[in-house]
Amino acid sequence: MTTTASVVGGTGFTGGELLRLLDGHPEFAVVQATSRSEANKTVGGVHPNLRHMNLRFSDPEDLDSVDVLFACTPHGVSMERIDRFRDAAGTVVDLSADFRLPAAEYYDDHYDGHDRPELLAEAEYALPELNRENLPGADLVAAGGCNATATIVGLLPLFGHDILSGGERIVVDVKVGSSEGGAGGGAAASHAERSGVVRPYAPTGHRHEAEIEAYLGTSVSFTVHAVDMIRGASATCHVFPDDPVSKGDMWGAYRGQYEDEPFVRMASGGGGVYRYPEPKAVAGSNVAEVGFEVDPPNERLVVFSAIDNMMKGSAGQAVHAANVALGFEETTGLAATGFHPIGSP
Amino acid sequence: MVDCPECGAGVDLHDDLEVGEIVDCATCGAELEVIGEGPVDLDTAPELEEDWGE
Repeated sequence: MTTTASVVGGTGFTGGELLRLLDGHPEFAVVQATSRSEANKTVGGVHPNLRHMNLRFSDPEDLDSVDVLFACTPHGVSMERIDRFRDAAGTVVDLSADFRLPAAEYYDDHYDGHDRPELLAEAEYALPELNRENLPGADLVAAGGCNATATIVGLLPLFGHDILSGGERIVVDVKVGSSEGGAGGGAAASHAERSGVVRPYAPTGHRHEAEIEAYLGTSVSFTVHAVDMIRGASATCHVFPDDPVSKGDMWGAYRGQYEDEPFVRMASGGGGVYRYPEPKAVAGSNVAEVGFEVDPPNERLVVFSAIDNMMKGSAGQAVHAANVALGFEETTGLAATGFHPIGSP
Repeated sequence: MVDCPECGAGVDLHDDLEVGEIVDCATCGAELEVIGEGPVDLDTAPELEEDWGE
């Protein structure tokens, strides 16, 4: 039996990526995509890769009843409209930040508060590698942030395998592509200004620090650079453990955490051209690459993680979580690998 | 199946291995040199050094 789905806020990059994934997903039928600005226009007119879809954007005030509603609206919209979303669908998957943090204090400290804090306990964080056991049957699923996802996937094995306990110093530098900024754009996002940059756009106080702290149980010093990619987030995490850690310890932790994960690959100094995680190698796929090196003279570990921010960092993660929540085989609709060779993704 | 000396994962090998042959680990990607045949023994292969402007 086909599961009906709608995408609310379908004109943005994330909405388009979600429509692409759902269109190719054998369990889902997309019956509605909404857009306030493009209502009554074809989906293919906004997303040229979807010109084959026989679907026009509709007004978000007129929500169809569906099995699953994916919300790709700007932050703040889902918390305001959550009752209408839940009236329209048995399962809501929200790709904004509105339900991804577990307590109101995080929203008070890092956002502009929260309208419906009582619902935060109902929401399940979408990242299956972290929260798979709580996703089956969940009816409010919150996809993680792209930079936080890259960081969490990279660091997670260190916390489950007695390498870190939570008080150690961690410095994270993430390089991100322009699609993270959304389809709206502004002066800083114009091609002339954006092309070729290595621009620190969030040197301190990035909101995703809250997500990392909430789900890894530790604080991190976090900086994000905008670089000349369209897709991709690449996290470099400098970790200073209290005790010496060998490469064997690291392999034990990373293999133990990820060897059976369908969407995590390890790339850690092996042969070939791409010896460490590389956004180009995962572009267009739901795969996260993770890797590391040990640096005994500086009592440091360096952890690398690369994702496609549109996939593992948002739409792909949302579909992966929906698969688990609804009891589908969890890789369904997400089997595509990236391209090689490819230019800047 | 032989354990990878780099990451510890099992490495599937073909039957007609020869000493000196280079294989790679499907888990960590490390290039491995066959240093013994009976039983098969692997060691990490020497890496080609790259100059990235250092």
